[in-house]
Amino acid sequence: MEHESCRQLLGSLSEYIDGSLETELCAKIEQHLSDCENCRIVVDSLNKTISLYHTSAQNSTVPEGVRERLLRCLDLSEYL
Amino acid sequence: MSGSEDFSLEALRSGDRAEFVRLVETYYAMIYRLALKILNNTQDAEDILQETFLKAYRHLKNFDGRSSLSTWLYRIATNEALMFLRRKRVDFISVDEPLENEQGEQEPLEIVDWCCLPESELTSAEAQRHLDQAIQNLPPSLRVVFVLRDIQDLSTRETGEALNLSETAVKTRLSRARLRLREELTGYFGERVQEGKRT
Repeated sequence: MEHESCRQLLGSLSEYIDGSLETELCAKIEQHLSDCENCRIVVDSLNKTISLYHTSAQNSTVPEGVRERLLRCLDLSEYL
Repeated sequence: MSGSEDFSLEALRSGDRAEFVRLVETYYAMIYRLALKILNNTQDAEDILQETFLKAYRHLKNFDGRSSLSTWLYRIATNEALMFLRRKRVDFISVDEPLENEQGEQEPLEIVDWCCLPESELTSAEAQRHLDQAIQNLPPSLRVVFVLRDIQDLSTRETGEALNLSETAVKTRLSRARLRLREELTGYFGERVQEGKRT
């Protein structure tokens, strides 16, 4: 992260990953990435970070008893 | 966002219990996971879940339908979770409070390619603890944005509606949260890469 272009990339990286950047800026970033290994590593590890959190959340389950206690708390025990 | 929005607002507003149960059954797991990711404590998450639906039941008659029901529930749950943190912590930062150096991004310090680690290492129980801890290390104002956008899959607009933030503010905070989390995970997984090279 030594060059000005690397710092500029960092500010737009999140939107680049989301695919919400303008085409022209996107092309500039891709051009930079083709020449800068450090930035490629940052992009890859940022993508991986988001993906790890997303996957871990999808695998999480609600503990037993939470639903039952919620319905009781809402005075909806007849729906248990 | 997952979940159906085919509820009868008229029935909900008039206190129809069966329709309210349908609402609870559809969204309780999502609200529980949201609270758990923000608070990292199962009992606290359950308290927030219960408080969210109690408030929703009381205020449904005032729901104006400008946002979806799910976004409205997320807004209640997020506010409850942030208020809970405010009561617990003296160093709390409000979600509305402008962030220091809002325009600038923290530069990554660590450049280690850890994406090559085996999936079993990236998803181990120990790694999961680090993921959870890294989220807790974020200021609440960044944490809630990250959880809503990247874990609960809300759009930028929906996240803004849930937190009463502009889309620009959501994008800025999301960027900062993601970069900080990447930095923290690089610290942890980078060591696993180095260990692998030594063995």
